[in-house]
Amino acid sequence: MGIRERLSGNEAAAIAMKQINPDVVAAFPITPSTEIPQYFSTFVSNGSVDTEFVAVESEHSAMSACVGAESAGARAMTATSANGLSYMWEMIYIASSLRLPIVMSLVNRAVSGPLNIHCDHSDAMGARDSGWIMLFSENNQEAYDNLIMAHRIAEHKDVLLPLMVCQDGFITSHSIENIELIEDDKVKEFVGTYHPEHYLLNEKEQMAVGPLDVQPFLFEHKYQQAEAMRNAKKVVADVAKDFEKITGRKYSFFEEYMLDDAEIAIVCMNSTAGTAKTVVDELRTSGVKAGLLKVRMFRPFPAEEISEALGHLKAVAVMDRSDSLNGAGGALFEDVVSSMYVGQKQVPTVSYVYGIGGRDTTSKDIHEVYSYLQDVVKTGKIDNPYRYVGLRK
Amino acid sequence: MKDLVEIRWHGRGGQGAKTASLLLADAAFNTGKYIQGFPEYGPERMGAPITAYNRISDTPIRIHSNIYEPDYVVVVDDTLLESVDVTAGLKQDGAIVINTTKGKDYLDKVLRGYKGSVYTIDAKKVSLETLGKYFPNTPMLAAIVKVASIMEEKDFLADMKGSFGHKFAKKPEVIEGNMKALELALKEVQKIQ
Repeated sequence: MGIRERLSGNEAAAIAMKQINPDVVAAFPITPSTEIPQYFSTFVSNGSVDTEFVAVESEHSAMSACVGAESAGARAMTATSANGLSYMWEMIYIASSLRLPIVMSLVNRAVSGPLNIHCDHSDAMGARDSGWIMLFSENNQEAYDNLIMAHRIAEHKDVLLPLMVCQDGFITSHSIENIELIEDDKVKEFVGTYHPEHYLLNEKEQMAVGPLDVQPFLFEHKYQQAEAMRNAKKVVADVAKDFEKITGRKYSFFEEYMLDDAEIAIVCMNSTAGTAKTVVDELRTSGVKAGLLKVRMFRPFPAEEISEALGHLKAVAVMDRSDSLNGAGGALFEDVVSSMYVGQKQVPTVSYVYGIGGRDTTSKDIHEVYSYLQDVVKTGKIDNPYRYVGLRK
Repeated sequence: MKDLVEIRWHGRGGQGAKTASLLLADAAFNTGKYIQGFPEYGPERMGAPITAYNRISDTPIRIHSNIYEPDYVVVVDDTLLESVDVTAGLKQDGAIVINTTKGKDYLDKVLRGYKGSVYTIDAKKVSLETLGKYFPNTPMLAAIVKVASIMEEKDFLADMKGSFGHKFAKKPEVIEGNMKALELALKEVQKIQ
């Protein structure tokens, strides 16, 4: 039985880091993730962790320090948001290509510009092809649980990839909610000790990190990264099984809510999934067969499983909290429709962009989306597949 | 108390409305409830209008949006009444609690025909008498706990003693004043409609 607590999403992430007690944390503050390194630095000062906390002068250096630490053989973590992730850009690709299992807390916020400090997923969506495993979290509990599972996934010998745990800036990062924490000793046992196979401080094995990788090699190295990402699926599933054994909380690649017998469904990530669940309940009481698929594991993308889970529906709306500005639809939408096309599932599907720059996404907005899906089912027509909800007219 | 109670706070930056909403979440949490406490982060400045929210429920809370149809509204600063539509969406079977010395005639005008219950308290008087300074959030916290019947008064006071002990660990001299502010506020809040 866990510990009943109430914490903000940022507090939950910081507590997870405290319990993990990594060798190195390097971070630079940026709203809305600032509190994570702030709380963590107090744990360092109080001696409740023995982490080396590196207070760097920028996010580029934060990720560089994590790359250095992991290369040396240490377990490293960081936290950032939006422009902080932008400033890490060069190093996040270095981290994944060097196969360093760094773990990051990404508190999602709109990337400038114009300047906006509030929630959307444009920061995460920008990093979707950078070779990081990406887990999304509906609330403080999931942000905490995903972090506790993170190192086991990232450090697995078949994976060795960095991993980011996303949660919604302010909406969950700054909201106090109930949470069930795991006891310190159980977390310690679950996460385990990090024993890297190859590392710079190993005097018995000399190695170079990050040398020039020319035409005869880079292609093969990228293939290995892609293989590692494909391997991650099984590891994410295995770690979730072990996690369920100690907590009773079950995690899959995605959560299916009232989806089995649904005729229409929304696909979305993070906090809006919670709001959508309440709307599904309301619609079900009035006889509408509505369902929800909440994506937890966005990278690797569970293409086959998603096309199977959505294949029986009569209409689907994929909601993206980021506009890809590509004239075709949101990032999650594109992944879902390509999965379904390849899986030979023909379901009318539309893209909805919502919640940009912290625009509040209400139950009313979600009702509007389901209501459009009902129209699609009735008329068999989609007048425009690239849609917006919550946009001022 | 209903299964889900939704509360909206209106105050000005620096008056502690956000802190009060978090303390209320804490108190309700300690009675075994599921809670949410969150401010609406805008361009926050000292003195600018701010909004904060609470959800209190017997079952897990999944919704993550602001509150548009609250059961209760708390107004920490009555100078907001003419510029902010504080009763927007407020349920007619709910209530509004206002920190004011103004009478019913004035409130009728600014509350835009709200038909539900209206409570007032002079939080400035309570605060000055007990704390010697003007911190309206402590009295307003007690007022909403009473009006919304969130918990038994004695449980609330016992719980807050612990919370203040934690919050003011570095300045214990203010704990007694804050406790007195709560006790006095529980007596002073008046139903005027």
